[in-house]
Amino acid sequence: MKWVESLRMALKSIGSNKGRASLTMLGIIIGVSAVIVMVSLVQGSTNQVTAELEAMGTNMISVTVLGRGSNRTIEVNEMLEFAMDNSDKIESVSPFISSKATAKSGSNNISTTIQGTNEAFKTVRNTDVHQGRFFNALDIERRQKVALIGSYVSQELFGTLNSVGQEIKINGEIFQVIGLIEIKSNSSQGSEDDRIIIPYTTAQRLTRNANVNTYFIQAKTSETVDSAMTAVEKFLVGIFSDTNSYRITNQADLLDQVSEITGTLTMMLGGIAGISLLVGGIGIMNIMLVSVTERTKEIGIRKAIGAKRSNILQQFLIEAVAVSCIGGIIGILFGFLLSSVIESITQIPAIPSMSIVLISFSFSAFVGVFFGWYPANKASKLNPIQALRVE
Amino acid sequence: MIKIEDMYKIYKMGSTNVYALNGIDICIEPKEFVAIVGQSGSGKSTLMNMIGCLDKPTSGEYYLDGNRVTKMKENELADIRNNKVGFIFQSFNLLSKLSALENVELPLVYKGIGRKERYKMAHKALERVGLGDRVNHKPTELSGGQQQRVAIARALSSRPPMILADEPTGALDSKSGQEIMKMIKELNDEGKTIVLITHEHHIANQAKRIIQLQDGKVVEDSEVV
Ligand SMILES: Nc1ncnc2c1ncn2[C@@H]1O[C@H](COP(=O)(O)OP(=O)(O)OP(=O)(O)O)[C@@H](O)[C@H]1O
Ligand SMILES: [Mg+2]
Repeated sequence: MKWVESLRMALKSIGSNKGRASLTMLGIIIGVSAVIVMVSLVQGSTNQVTAELEAMGTNMISVTVLGRGSNRTIEVNEMLEFAMDNSDKIESVSPFISSKATAKSGSNNISTTIQGTNEAFKTVRNTDVHQGRFFNALDIERRQKVALIGSYVSQELFGTLNSVGQEIKINGEIFQVIGLIEIKSNSSQGSEDDRIIIPYTTAQRLTRNANVNTYFIQAKTSETVDSAMTAVEKFLVGIFSDTNSYRITNQADLLDQVSEITGTLTMMLGGIAGISLLVGGIGIMNIMLVSVTERTKEIGIRKAIGAKRSNILQQFLIEAVAVSCIGGIIGILFGFLLSSVIESITQIPAIPSMSIVLISFSFSAFVGVFFGWYPANKASKLNPIQALRVE
Repeated sequence: MIKIEDMYKIYKMGSTNVYALNGIDICIEPKEFVAIVGQSGSGKSTLMNMIGCLDKPTSGEYYLDGNRVTKMKENELADIRNNKVGFIFQSFNLLSKLSALENVELPLVYKGIGRKERYKMAHKALERVGLGDRVNHKPTELSGGQQQRVAIARALSSRPPMILADEPTGALDSKSGQEIMKMIKELNDEGKTIVLITHEHHIANQAKRIIQLQDGKVVEDSEVV
């Protein structure tokens, strides 16, 4: 007998018991859609975080001087000199100062973040201007009071994005807006669009703090990131005797960490959802056992007219697998639907991947085989005489 | 040819042994029409299940067309039931969720015959028993006599040389019973071996040979004149 015949029989039997079949499927449907929703949400968030990290600039190494165990700081010139000496591995260096400040234009004023840096920041941190120009080496040298403002700042202070050439007051000092930073985020408060970038030399004055504690270093290529890291490490050890006085991180390490964390998260959430699939499988087994008992007479009749053990086994096994696969397909569709609903409500991007669809579908098929086997085997072993005698 | 030698079927009920078959020796030639009679509990159904390869004896031998059935594996027995035997039961034993046609097709499904061919053969068998216009009815939508006719069509559909009927008229009124008997006689005329169990004398007398059982033993074996 061909397996198509078994499939036909199985579908017929499922069709004649729709209510029960759909209740049995429910376990699988919930399991599969949970797997899909969980994993695609984690995947979506991962992609978002990764994209954000990558937008910060690739091949980037950041150095933070913590000042622990030493009073020593690094002068900007020292750092630039070091970069020049290692120009085979290091493309450029940006000093970085960040502080809170009030920005004012006319009667509008907001509290925002001031970032002081140099012209290399444009490439090191992948930050270009949308309008106007970035400041240059001369602006830095002359401590010019020029500012690049984010779209949120521009909107709040001027009510428009066309603010290049206007003047703003930062902590009471007049700055000229020379550029609008390209929109990085969603132009909201606290986002990357809520900031003002000025020359670090100007910032040192404005904040009355000459120390630069953060540097962003761009390696020449992704291949030189590691050697650049080693060079930086050596340079810093030479300055600070204590390795606790500074911290070096690079983009790749961060990305690795993110993917490690999200990998664990995927496994955990997927595992929890997988358990509900397993519970669904037990439901299938339960119902199939009831079904075998109910259909003892049918099995006896089939055997009397020539069904082999393998035919009966196949019929019941395929019935179990069909229930779990149909449940799996519905679960996948439902999972997609749920993911997009959650996405639109929470703004967390959900990205259902083909691989998770395949995995959860084959897992549900496997659940069908695994939990269908015992009842099907039981059915196939029934003695025809005894089975026929059952009413 | 059916050849049964010194066959026993013993059921253990607690400490006592029930001898459902107590040393049976029978030989049935092809194309015979045999009625098996006897009191209730005399072992008629047990014997028929042995002949139909549904059950295995406790001891003794059974040869069917020269093949030693008692040594066969489950799959071979299933093949014999499928190809060589057509069963007709007192309680019809149709699958209630399938239509008449699907019921009749079932032995052909297990035989591995394709859909179209199967449909043709099953349809023919149903026409043969006069139910060509009831093919899509479920068993519950048919009368007892009609259900038994579907069962006959099912027994016929795979064209076995032997029909085993365990009180086929037992659940029917005398008129439909007589119709069923007429069909069975026709089948015998066409050359099928018939083994029929019955309680009723006038039914047994329509056979060509009567075997009487009592307490699992053959007590009489005679030709009908
Ligand atoms: N599974 C079983 N377990 C125990 N005893 C059994 C079993 N099957 C049959 N028997 C016994 O075997 C004997 C023969 O039974 P069988 O069904 O062959 O009788 P029968 O001649 O067909 O009777 P009836 O005319 O009532 O159908 C009976 O005494 C019965 O109780
Ligand atoms: Mg009986």
